[in-house]
Amino acid sequence: MTDATQTRHVPDRLNSRAARIFKSWEALLLAVAIAIFVINSFASPYFLSAWNLSDATFNFTEKAMIAFAMALLIISGEIDLSVASIIALASTAMGLALQYGAGTTELVIIGLTVGVLCGAFNGFFVTVLGLPSIVVTIGTMSLFRGISFIILGDDAFRGYPSSFSWFGQGYIYWVFTVEMLLFVIIAIIYGVLLHKTNFGRTVYAIGNNPTGALFSGIRVQRVKFILFLLTGLMSGIAAVCLTSRLGSTRPSIATGMELEVVTMVVLGGVNILGGSGTIPGVVIAAFVMGLVTFGLGLLNVPGIVMSIFIGLLLIGVIALPRLWAMAAARRKS
Amino acid sequence: MSVLKKLAASAAMAAATFATPVFAQDDVRIAIVVKALGIGFFEAAAEGAEEAAAELGNVEIIYTGPTDTTAEGQIEVINALIAQQVDAIAISANDTDALVPALQRAMQRGITVISWDSGVAPEGRQLHLNPSSNPLIGNMIIKLAADHLPDGGEVALLSATTTSTNQNIWIDEMMAVMGDYPGIDVVATVYGDDLADKSYREATGLMQSYPDLDAIIAPTSVGIVAAAQAVVDAGKVGEVNVTGLGLPSEMAGAIESGASQSFAIWNPIDLGYSATMLAYELSQNGVEATSGAEVPMGRMGSLTLDENSEGAMADPFVYDASNIDQFKSIF
Repeated sequence: MTDATQTRHVPDRLNSRAARIFKSWEALLLAVAIAIFVINSFASPYFLSAWNLSDATFNFTEKAMIAFAMALLIISGEIDLSVASIIALASTAMGLALQYGAGTTELVIIGLTVGVLCGAFNGFFVTVLGLPSIVVTIGTMSLFRGISFIILGDDAFRGYPSSFSWFGQGYIYWVFTVEMLLFVIIAIIYGVLLHKTNFGRTVYAIGNNPTGALFSGIRVQRVKFILFLLTGLMSGIAAVCLTSRLGSTRPSIATGMELEVVTMVVLGGVNILGGSGTIPGVVIAAFVMGLVTFGLGLLNVPGIVMSIFIGLLLIGVIALPRLWAMAAARRKS
Repeated sequence: MSVLKKLAASAAMAAATFATPVFAQDDVRIAIVVKALGIGFFEAAAEGAEEAAAELGNVEIIYTGPTDTTAEGQIEVINALIAQQVDAIAISANDTDALVPALQRAMQRGITVISWDSGVAPEGRQLHLNPSSNPLIGNMIIKLAADHLPDGGEVALLSATTTSTNQNIWIDEMMAVMGDYPGIDVVATVYGDDLADKSYREATGLMQSYPDLDAIIAPTSVGIVAAAQAVVDAGKVGEVNVTGLGLPSEMAGAIESGASQSFAIWNPIDLGYSATMLAYELSQNGVEATSGAEVPMGRMGSLTLDENSEGAMADPFVYDASNIDQFKSIF
């Protein structure tokens, strides 16, 4: 103890780095992921196959792309519940452009642009007009999908060019899909953005204390606006992938995906009230959700049981550390 | 410690899954994939599939489907079935087109794919089994309403989702024969999304918007029950007749109360039975699903395929007070 004062080293945390990592949320999640992987390998003879695992990644790659941007948004104290509807609108816009002869490049540009515009729309109401993001995005959730329904009705856009199917059905090498590559690239970008840049630090600062952040010279509203743009952009990318994978567009595309994205983020250890969370946590949470749904699917477990299991997993992983802390506190007193 | 607890919980789950019977690999595994689990109609179809499996002897039925009626959910199920190398997939699709890439992959890996009830686009399956012919159903649903309205009247439609393949076709076919029913006006079409609460609200809304409404036609087993309940709750039994397509077990109360005079449905047990038989024929007996082919389906006779490799199983059957008691315990 005396050494620390002599070297004038002021520790910024009480536990050692190793202990902190070992006790961290990510370690817990990783253990869960490994456990699920091992259990699945024993439970089904089909689980440990490169192609099957490759197929399984489709269960989470698109959702995870949005989850990274959503994680930043939730850390900053906001939320975007319109992401699945942005996918529907972006996909519908691409389908509409297809009717006018757009090629693959144009389709991708249109999909991403619509995503960013939707993000800007949300961002405007939240940051310029100062409305609560949960209210704004519940509204735009209906609005964006509503526009898709008006354009498409009960019809579908189909006939996307074969080169467009590369995004959702293509393979880079052997079993490694294009979506996997995108997932990895996006994870790295967001990991660096959140954990290694000033921008990332401002996101945490805003989530912990927006007023304090403002008086520290952080342009709070501008940062939040950028986060909405990023969430929109990611929804646009997910729309390109999902549309490409399905090979068609209906207004019901990606229904209910927003809740799965938020589940993934919260499971990844992001505080739903803002202020804390990590990208590695979200990455592991994506794998946990993908492995659970695929593993249970291989056992032909009914979907409703799967939902129950995901729900229990979420509540369990969130409640256990809290219960543990309470038990520890009681023991001390 | 929480890690340990979690592991213990997961281990318990693993033990539970090990307890399920290990599949015999020699069996022919036929997957019956439905729009969503927990719908009476599909449970009855699964019963029919089991009947066919018992008749064939060496068949294992995998009855599965997503939680809610989405194409994405069904694709996850299809991926899991491809991974298990099942012999055949017989699917009632949530989306005509979106399932095509996933089902094509299944066919590339040697799996027989057929659709039944709600179809997949021709390039995504080998054949499609229609429970009945669409024109006959379209005619039947309006006939059921018109039979009780000799002097004409106002009717409204309560459908499933705007993207439901078969409901949309039936409604189109119904509209095509409206000329045969003079005096009957279709005043509105609303969508209950195959959710009981939403269907109920939509049906209540119809009665408020159209006070002179004489009948609600719901060509969906979820919607018709909700509409009948809405009529009872609104005290309009005898004024508004609920009809369409429904399950006898779920509609028995509505027939008794008089909220519904009659309704129609094919026999879902026969449908699941036929789908299983067809999947077996294609997968094991090398039958080619080509235009004009006659594929045998056990006690249901044979299915004659048209140029789209589609065929109709049988005519819809009308249920009313005279026969509901006999059928309500079956499905």
